[in-house]
Amino acid sequence: MSPGAPLLELEGVSKRFGPVQALDRVDFAVSAGEVVGLVGDNGAGKSTLVKAIAGINTIDDGAIRFEGEEVSISKPQDATALGIATVYQDLALCDNLDVVNNLFLGREEIAPGVGRASRQLDEVKMEHETADLLSNLAVTIPSLRSEVGTLSGGQRQQVAVARSLLGEPKVVLLDEPTAALGVPQTKQVLALIRRLRERDLGVVVISHNLVDVFEIADRIFVLRLGRSAGNFAANEITEEQVVGAITGLGDRDKQEQPAEEAE
Amino acid sequence: MSATEATTADQATGKKLAPAETFRRLVQGDLSSVRVVLGLVVIAIIFQVQEPRFLSAQNLTNLMLQITTIGLISVGIVYVLLLGEIDLSVGAVSGLSAAVMAVLSVNHGWNAYLAIAAAVAVGATIGFAQGSLFSRFVIPSFVVTLAGLLAWEGALLQVLGKTGSLNINDPKITGLANTFYSDTVGWIFAAVIIGVYGAVLAFGYRKRVAAGLADGGPLSLIIRFVFLSALVIGAVAILNSDRGVPLAVMILLGFVVGMEYVAKRTGFGRHVFAVGGNAEAARRAGIRVNRVRVAVFMISGSMAAIGGVMAASRLFAVNQNSGGNELLLLAIAGPVIAGTSLFGGRGSVWTALLGALVIGSISNGMDLLSLSSAVKLMVTGGVLLLAVLVDAIARQQRQTSGRV
Repeated sequence: MSPGAPLLELEGVSKRFGPVQALDRVDFAVSAGEVVGLVGDNGAGKSTLVKAIAGINTIDDGAIRFEGEEVSISKPQDATALGIATVYQDLALCDNLDVVNNLFLGREEIAPGVGRASRQLDEVKMEHETADLLSNLAVTIPSLRSEVGTLSGGQRQQVAVARSLLGEPKVVLLDEPTAALGVPQTKQVLALIRRLRERDLGVVVISHNLVDVFEIADRIFVLRLGRSAGNFAANEITEEQVVGAITGLGDRDKQEQPAEEAE
Repeated sequence: MSATEATTADQATGKKLAPAETFRRLVQGDLSSVRVVLGLVVIAIIFQVQEPRFLSAQNLTNLMLQITTIGLISVGIVYVLLLGEIDLSVGAVSGLSAAVMAVLSVNHGWNAYLAIAAAVAVGATIGFAQGSLFSRFVIPSFVVTLAGLLAWEGALLQVLGKTGSLNINDPKITGLANTFYSDTVGWIFAAVIIGVYGAVLAFGYRKRVAAGLADGGPLSLIIRFVFLSALVIGAVAILNSDRGVPLAVMILLGFVVGMEYVAKRTGFGRHVFAVGGNAEAARRAGIRVNRVRVAVFMISGSMAAIGGVMAASRLFAVNQNSGGNELLLLAIAGPVIAGTSLFGGRGSVWTALLGALVIGSISNGMDLLSLSSAVKLMVTGGVLLLAVLVDAIARQQRQTSGRV
């Protein structure tokens, strides 16, 4: 396991949708300053796992611990309050608003003084904080006042990730952050993920793209048919072995000790 | 394109923009209103050539009075359009609200201001009901407000009773559309408007400079200030040379400025734009989307009522035709002609005023030329179609050139 106590830890988590056992006694953990790649085939339970952590689905069984304490996450606000931020694949950006407004959407800064009565926006403060945050993350956007709809896919992804950081989270979940991106844009996003790690955040990256996962992940966690199918240190395993764990070829489902099976 | 690349590095650190970038933003930001102002100039030239009375002080004052009702209703419509929705009931609501005011004032002897407040309350309540039905049960706003259009027209006939018409004699109500200020008061208005505008620009610029966010020098602000000052002084001079600045115009301007402030500078306005742009994203960002929707329909109902009161004041009466005819369609067409998108998330309250001016000028000019209603309707329809085409083409260009 990773050094130090995990920031977020799931133990024996199960989730059932009608007849489908979406998650079956899954153990999962992410530590501060660690990037965990969460991989698996379609329907393996990746999204269900992330939704359980993000508070969109409640778990049927098992325990979630955050910073060592057992917590219950039953709605998205619970996860946000704990310091868990999620960036979904569709990014949930308003294309007609500029970068600053998207970053502060739903948590606008209100100007002090007479403007307060009408909830007047403090545009200057918001723009200032946006510029600070983006330059800290080394994200370059042509203009903070350009509409998000005019940005490239990579820039939009970076804006979405930057937005998730405004609430000062400790864990960030990224759903397919590099899907549908070109090569240079993928590089930008991966670089951003590394900077999240440097900020000592726990990062969980769901991805289909094993090349990207190997490039950034410290640990690779494989789900198959709702069960843990492997938990590997990224530098001690090959891509073929991960593919084996994902597909289950040459590996008969022993969820507690899968790493040896893959050898 | 090259301007974008050149400034990429600068912007992230909040430094100055290159002039090309400033120019691009100026053009993009104000393109639609510049387009409309040019259109207005063309319309004015065409009518002036045919009929020299068109640009006379008297006719321009008439024009301003003619557009107040449509302009007020359009202010509410802009909010609905920003959501990407439509409110077909505003015409009927304006008629019904005015009828309620007239009945309370004439038949029940209510105080004028209480009667007007009751009319606005009727509009707001109708908006609340329609907005709730639309957002709670996810019925298309088109259908909810179409039902409203029929129902409130029926209610108008009911409220007016057998006579079908009520003459308003309370001078406080009729004064709304028929009060003109003296020259001195007109110039005081001009001074206040110019002073406040200058102060707002200067204060905003100083704040941005202090925060290190100033992009470009104060030149564009100075140009805007000079332009607005010239416009205000010119307008007051023209109005003063006829009957004076009308109260109705000041009311319209007040609502346009106030509601533009709400739309562009407040948290609520930002949420309206967000819901219109991407309702799901707004919901996930913690915005109470349905509340925003209901509030917007309440605004639209209230503004319709205020427009109805103004129409009744001009006519000295409410009758079965109040709020009818093409009022509804013109009130929707105006903002669209002036650049508020039908697809939601783009536009400004100024388009209510600009659009009403375009429609009002065409209608007024054709009246002066004594053209038939047939021609008037066809020309207005053509202008609307042209404007929507321009909007649609602009949107296509955004989509093809926007994403890399």
